[in-house]
Amino acid sequence: MAWASLKQREAPNLLRRRVGWSFMLFTLLFAPIVARLWYLQVLRGEEMRLLAENNRVRLHRVQATRGTVVDRYGRVVIDSRPSFDAVFVPEDAGDLSLTIENLASVLGVSSAELRHLVERRGTRPFQEVLVKRDLSFEEVAAIETHQWDLPGVSLQITPRRSYPHGPLLAHLTGYVGEVGPEELQRDSSYRMGDMVGKIGLERAWESFLRGTDGGQQVEVDSLGRRLKVLREVAEVPGHTVRLTIDLDLQQAAHRALGERDGSVVAIDARNGEILAMVSHPSFDPNWFARGIRPQEWRALVSDRSRPLMNRAIQGVYPPGSTFKFIVAAAALEEGVINPFTTVFCPGGLSFGNRYFRCWRKGGHGRVNVHEALVQSCDTFFYQVAQRLGVDVIAVYARKFGLGLPTGIALEHERSGTIPDTAWKQRRFRQPWYAGETLSVAIGQGYVTATPLQMANAIAMMATGRRFRPRFVLQVESPEGDVVQREDAEEIARLELRPTTLKQIRDALHDVVATERGTGKKARLRGVAVAGKTGTSQVVKLGKERSKTTRLPRHHRDHAWFVAYAPADDPEIAVAAIVEHADGGGGQVAAPLVRELLQEYFALKEEREKRSYAQN
Amino acid sequence: MLKIDRRLVAHFDWPLLLALVLLLGAGLVTVLSATHTNEHLISSLFLRQLIWACVAVVAMGIVLLFDYNMLKRWGWLCYVVSLVLLLAVPFWGLKVAGARRWLSLFGVSFQPSELAKLAAIVMLASFLHHRVSERLLDWKTAMFALLLAVIPALLILKQPDLGTAVVVLSVALAMVFAAGLSVWWVVGAVLAAFPLLPYVWHQLKPYQQRRLLMFLDPEQDPLGHGYHVIQAKIAIGSGMWTGKGLFHGTQYRLNFLPEQHTDFIFAVFAEEWGFVGACVLLALYLFLLYRCWIAITRARDAFGLLLGFGITSMIFMQVLINMLMAAGALPVVGVTLPFLSYGGSSLLVCTIGVGLLLNISMRRFMF
Repeated sequence: MAWASLKQREAPNLLRRRVGWSFMLFTLLFAPIVARLWYLQVLRGEEMRLLAENNRVRLHRVQATRGTVVDRYGRVVIDSRPSFDAVFVPEDAGDLSLTIENLASVLGVSSAELRHLVERRGTRPFQEVLVKRDLSFEEVAAIETHQWDLPGVSLQITPRRSYPHGPLLAHLTGYVGEVGPEELQRDSSYRMGDMVGKIGLERAWESFLRGTDGGQQVEVDSLGRRLKVLREVAEVPGHTVRLTIDLDLQQAAHRALGERDGSVVAIDARNGEILAMVSHPSFDPNWFARGIRPQEWRALVSDRSRPLMNRAIQGVYPPGSTFKFIVAAAALEEGVINPFTTVFCPGGLSFGNRYFRCWRKGGHGRVNVHEALVQSCDTFFYQVAQRLGVDVIAVYARKFGLGLPTGIALEHERSGTIPDTAWKQRRFRQPWYAGETLSVAIGQGYVTATPLQMANAIAMMATGRRFRPRFVLQVESPEGDVVQREDAEEIARLELRPTTLKQIRDALHDVVATERGTGKKARLRGVAVAGKTGTSQVVKLGKERSKTTRLPRHHRDHAWFVAYAPADDPEIAVAAIVEHADGGGGQVAAPLVRELLQEYFALKEEREKRSYAQN
Repeated sequence: MLKIDRRLVAHFDWPLLLALVLLLGAGLVTVLSATHTNEHLISSLFLRQLIWACVAVVAMGIVLLFDYNMLKRWGWLCYVVSLVLLLAVPFWGLKVAGARRWLSLFGVSFQPSELAKLAAIVMLASFLHHRVSERLLDWKTAMFALLLAVIPALLILKQPDLGTAVVVLSVALAMVFAAGLSVWWVVGAVLAAFPLLPYVWHQLKPYQQRRLLMFLDPEQDPLGHGYHVIQAKIAIGSGMWTGKGLFHGTQYRLNFLPEQHTDFIFAVFAEEWGFVGACVLLALYLFLLYRCWIAITRARDAFGLLLGFGITSMIFMQVLINMLMAAGALPVVGVTLPFLSYGGSSLLVCTIGVGLLLNISMRRFMF
């Protein structure tokens, strides 16, 4: 053997001796094991046998109550209420099929369904099967009275999410639903059947709202009934989230919009707090919290008016004439016009082989920038746009935050579109045509924006500052201590000459304040309102703009109004859009905004009076 | 060269083989009991364990055909291969319960850390065997030998597999000590280890930290591991004198442990066989220890002695740690009970280890 010739080295005595010691040590170390076994099996054996056989110790999870959500004045927006669930431990049932029969008749479900539930559960024995959620009072009573026929069945109190205002704030709050497989994989602290935030605030603030589950070591008898709690880790309820929303104002906005499709957004122009955010049509988040039925879900997703869409951040609409204040600001700032530059409006403008109409058939006559904004003269802006060019308009639009996400902490926000030559090249691989600039000048063509973006833009016009819109004021512990404050976050400042700002602001004021103004229906007693109307075309029409009421509904124009008030010391900025309205922005959207602003100032006065009375 | 010499058969250590066979049998029966359900006596886990046991016995037979002295020359290769496999784990390893410990080859998954234990022992034996003498080891040799073990231990710790890392390090320490490490060095190393503890602590995963804390104060985590340890104790204790009988254990069916057929199999065994049965099992292990001792003291060469000693230390450290852990006398670190715990890699490595001891024993006159 070749390797046998390898030099063998005789083991030295030192090695032998030490191996011997080690073996002795190993042998001695068996003694503590025997001692430990003696202690457990012989000395304490009886006690342990009793523990193992007569009583069983089980782990029972105590679900944390999800945090509440309140409006800025502490009124409940989302709550949790206790509900009874029926749970079943098959191992405790004794005669399994008999118990299932009994349970089925008590709960009024089919026994096949129950059997399926029992078989479907995991392999872990003694794991509770959730038989039915949210029992009615009658069902609870029935289970209580038939306890002896239902071994292994017990009632469990679990907090259930409730949205007392239903559809009012649904798009903002989102909803909870049963935890999905991906969420289970990602976070091991979730269990099958847990409710988690699926969308909106519920999802974005999940970590604060959730709380920490507690648990109990429970001693149960042979029928699985709880004898006593041995040890307990208390649950920690979730934090309270305080919204920036004023529930009264939200309701007012909701009322003002009524049954019409559209969106209303009101923000505090001084800090970006969202005071109201309505999107209609809406849905009832309670459906999701209790487990949405298939037919309800089908109805929601197949509805052509898309109730699940949050129009305030996901609805992209051509801003129409509301866009003009931005074009006007660009023109004044770039010096292509001055306040005295006038344009003659005969009711439209020929450009190339096309005739671009002004909304007023007879024309506005000779107008300067002030009058062009007040009366919303299209022809003036066609002229100005040619001098500016689309790329400059785009730069200014972006200064106002259009074409960019606002950064609101909600998922799936859309940015809208601010076109320029580079964008068109990228998107369509085509050059920009000068005629398209004319459409852009009046907020048509490729230009789109969301209501929230427009509210943000008009707020920036009012204050010169743009903030990230927020809907959460702060997070509070259940004891009321502030855990996290969401501070105002300024995103940009408007670097325009004071004269430009004053020109535009004066014009926006006169849009509402003068009889010629298109927004006069937003006028309010006692408070000066500044704003801009818009009527955005949905489809390109023939030679003449027809009376909107004669068109099929989905071809009718959208009615816009953006505003801020008070004009001299802006507090609140509003953007409202009514889809496919019965009239233009001045007819439909301006009165709506007026109603909202009236409510805002009435509430403010009331609150001031009350605090005056208290002091 | 593979012809079986008559002398080899004559010197074969039959009692050692008998001890091995008895332990393997006890292991299979316990795995069967720990995994059976009311509906199915034979679980897929048991079948897999049975297949692994057969594979292990065949592998042991193959080990017997070769002279263990070959490992002197090829020990370093085993060591390098095991390191490469360990390094592959973080990249291609299968993730099970938060730890990446398994590699999958041709549909068979195994734990490179188990293989690394044996490879480290072979490496240390071949490194040390021509450096031993009647005098103590010089410190450079001792340090280098320990370093050889620290490298795989760190890789294993990272997986994370605290138990196996501890076993590798303590086996290495035992071997270097046997080879002539000064006792003062051992004392010094233990003392030096204390300042390193905070570092090691931070290297541990949160669940490992919890387990260690929980051992110090079981009340801290009454819903997690505290519950498991309490239930394991109840399982062992409720076995009383003679146990509840095979298949009549109740505690393990509560699923008090995530690993009732692996690391906590001793609790199942002690519940079903009681104090008497557990003592018989201990006696069986002691008998194995005794036969191992016979085998290695008969070896004349330093390599055989060191190799055999390393393997024996590995098996017995695991037995001690595992049993004390199941009985709630040591923190829960994942260490398998040799021959009993479910798990192919562990079974294979321990059986091959005994194969090497048989090999050493039967070739003792082959100089």
